[in-house]
Amino acid sequence: MKLNELTIKEAHEGLRQKKFSSLELVRACLGQIKRLDPKINAFITVCEREAAKEAERADKILGQKPTDISARPLLGIPVAVKDNFCTKGLKTTASSNVLADFIPPYDATVVTKIKDAGAVILGKTNMDAWAHGSSTETSDFFTTHNPWNFNRLPGGSSGGSAASIAADETIASLGSETAGSIRQPSSWCGTVGFKPTYGRVSRYGLIAMASSLDCPGPIAKTVSDAAILLRIIAGKDPSDATTSSYAVPNYLEKINKGTKGIRVGVAKEYLAVAENEIKEAVLAAVKTLEKMGAKVKDISLVDPKYAIAVYTILQRSEVSSNLARYDGIRFGFGREKFGQEAKRRIMLGTYYLSAGYYEAYYLKAQKMRSIICRDFEKAFKDVDVILGPSAPTTALPLGASKDHPMFGEMMDILFEPSAIAGLPGLSLTCGFSAEGLPIGMQILGPQFSEELLFQVGYAFEQATDWHKRKPKL
Amino acid sequence: MMRQIGQISQIRRANYQPIIGLEIHIELKTKSKMFCGCPADHFGKPPNTQTCPVCLGLPGALPVPNRKAVEWTIMAGLALGCQIPGESKFDRKNYFYPDLPKGYQISQYDQPLAISGKLGNIGICRVHLEEDTGKLVHVEKATLIDFNRSGVPLMEIVTEPDLTSSDEAKEFLQNLQRIIKYLGISEADMEKGQMRCEPTVNLEIKKGNLTVYTPLAEIKNINSFRFVKRAIDFEVQRQFEEFERTGIEKQAGNKVTRGWNEQKGITILQREKEEAADYRYFPEPDIPPMRFERKNIEDLRKKLPELPEKRARRFIREYGVSEYNAAILIENKGKADFFEEAVSYARELEKPPGTKAIGDWIVNKRVDLAKTSPENLLKAILAKAGAATLDDSELIAAITSVLGINQKAVIDYNNGKEPALMFLVGQVLRRTKGKGDPGQIRLLLEKELHDDKKR
Repeated sequence: MKLNELTIKEAHEGLRQKKFSSLELVRACLGQIKRLDPKINAFITVCEREAAKEAERADKILGQKPTDISARPLLGIPVAVKDNFCTKGLKTTASSNVLADFIPPYDATVVTKIKDAGAVILGKTNMDAWAHGSSTETSDFFTTHNPWNFNRLPGGSSGGSAASIAADETIASLGSETAGSIRQPSSWCGTVGFKPTYGRVSRYGLIAMASSLDCPGPIAKTVSDAAILLRIIAGKDPSDATTSSYAVPNYLEKINKGTKGIRVGVAKEYLAVAENEIKEAVLAAVKTLEKMGAKVKDISLVDPKYAIAVYTILQRSEVSSNLARYDGIRFGFGREKFGQEAKRRIMLGTYYLSAGYYEAYYLKAQKMRSIICRDFEKAFKDVDVILGPSAPTTALPLGASKDHPMFGEMMDILFEPSAIAGLPGLSLTCGFSAEGLPIGMQILGPQFSEELLFQVGYAFEQATDWHKRKPKL
Repeated sequence: MMRQIGQISQIRRANYQPIIGLEIHIELKTKSKMFCGCPADHFGKPPNTQTCPVCLGLPGALPVPNRKAVEWTIMAGLALGCQIPGESKFDRKNYFYPDLPKGYQISQYDQPLAISGKLGNIGICRVHLEEDTGKLVHVEKATLIDFNRSGVPLMEIVTEPDLTSSDEAKEFLQNLQRIIKYLGISEADMEKGQMRCEPTVNLEIKKGNLTVYTPLAEIKNINSFRFVKRAIDFEVQRQFEEFERTGIEKQAGNKVTRGWNEQKGITILQREKEEAADYRYFPEPDIPPMRFERKNIEDLRKKLPELPEKRARRFIREYGVSEYNAAILIENKGKADFFEEAVSYARELEKPPGTKAIGDWIVNKRVDLAKTSPENLLKAILAKAGAATLDDSELIAAITSVLGINQKAVIDYNNGKEPALMFLVGQVLRRTKGKGDPGQIRLLLEKELHDDKKR
């Protein structure tokens, strides 16, 4: 096995046992990037020299104080970071021409946290500009290609992070989700994506898209890797007033407790939206869990189509305000550099918030948001988790998002309700289409049920081989 | 003819009444800014030396509200007799200006921290908290931005349109400033921009049986109490004249913004259709709503110092000072505290001077509080009081004795050497061991010497 193909867990063990050095590990990833990224385009910036230097530093620590690795679970491990997380001294663009040359003077909290855990930042990954999209096609720079089929989209907006994991260009990666931006590309690229409870992970330093929904989260090769990463980045942050002081458990502790007795809800409204192939794969996954002792129950949720309207209104409104600072006065370029999608969102959001329309749109959407929250609360009285399809389709061909202003909203229909409610969701592979593309399923839980979601996801992963499949590259 | 028009104007003038509401911004003197850890004290600091990603509005930065600023604003609300709703929140006020780095100001829209108060007979509509903007510095061919002020906590107080004259407005502001300073939450210095006032003015005019109103004008750029008065006076006159000329009445959408020009002493039109501005307010998603328990509010109420008006009434009641002197004693908290310290110090003495006398002394002697202590003040009062108890006969005896011993000084004085008199005063004081009022001794000496000469 090549070093770049390792999981966090395997890499950590290897480094601990001195089977290889961090520099070798980093070089393996850099080599894969050099070989493949011209075709995949997952990275906007690759920190070749800095990463090698950081790896050497990690190796020094491993040599001098080998016990340090126990306290630093990412020591010497390469991580790819989505390009909407501010990285001190390292160009951060949000894939927008407006910030094409922006070098932040500070690190996002999650970046500080992974650095403190010893991570080596490998580079910054491509995304839809400002995270506006589900394809990476709205990136002002280039489109990322799906490692499973270069003619397909990786999904988005964290398409670069998901593709870099799927192509083994990195060991771990960070993404962000507003409604689907972690789970949808994970489902299309066959990776594990975890969208945490809103407020579980600090947004400080994450370039804001829709502030009341934005959520950093891990994109990884396995469920336990995602659990390792989340534990590192989660927690109360004095710099983000919306973070929760709810204690962060060691997600690995109960991860192998199995699914016996766990009540799994399956919503017919969610299955109805998905393509047949996906529906079948998800139902097969339900059977697998049932065989392992889970209690499956059919449930009914508010039709996810309503979430599209609610999400669109709230998100556009916040976007129009969040992008106001990019006026070209203090940093970055002027407003003329905004792409079509950003302009559309600014105009729509400005309209929703305007005097005379606010009540009809924004306020109404907030009321509907409460209804969706209550709907989930009600559902979680009867079941512990809800299982359903991730994206309604497998990876679509390049160009699919062009001329479809609502492309993202349609692709994210099954993520929007839980995102609006601030709930956590885990997306992982539960099969492959006839074309050989990954099929994703998601497991949703109540707020702060991360531990349970990892437990169910891990049990499924252990019982199946889907995660072991790799694209032929 | 000219004279006649003037007379008509005079008559009409009696038939209008200014309607004035005030919007007051006060910079709170918290240690750190409203939403970040940068120092809030920005006056005179080198440009852009007190900034961070948050107050510069850099991508990804987030605001964390300053608890102290929230508490202080609630305390101000309580001091102004306001109700404190159990729930409050921040909102975004979206507009573009180069001194506003995020493209929106974090302010409060429909759920301010305090509502429905009263100061004197002027209604307080609301008290809310927001952030200050940066400052534009215009130099030749360029405009520079200093963000030291960006994010400084700014408390906004809005009155009902209950004021009817510029004098009333000035008095209200001075009263308010005193309360703010008593609370210790701001220096509220208008010249330093720590307290800013924007009056909104229009006129109610009686025309026969009809009552009409002139368009509202909000006046900006006023930086002293004196100019508040002058700006309102100018605006009242201007509106009256404009109404006579055009007859335009107040209607939706014709509120204007006018700027006070200090040099010319006039207000100048800045913006028309002020109400048309659409700030697209919506709840600030980066800051969770605030909830206050009754107990929290009552705890803050307990922290309120005794406010000036109440303190004046107590000084009159408890210490017997005159109403006039009480008003002067409470002018600032330092002076009132000084007075009460002197009173409490006096109480430890065997033969204390009266509390009224202490108050009178501070007011009449215009005591420089910076240069003395309550203890020294009492010593001075006691010395004077001692003099008062000295018998006139004792004093005359001392003077006679001094004049008898110091014949040379008497001759010098009679020869026109003025300093000799001061020498004699000193000698008398020495004999009375410092008792006696030097002024009185001087008068008695002069009389004695004069009589002497005649003899």
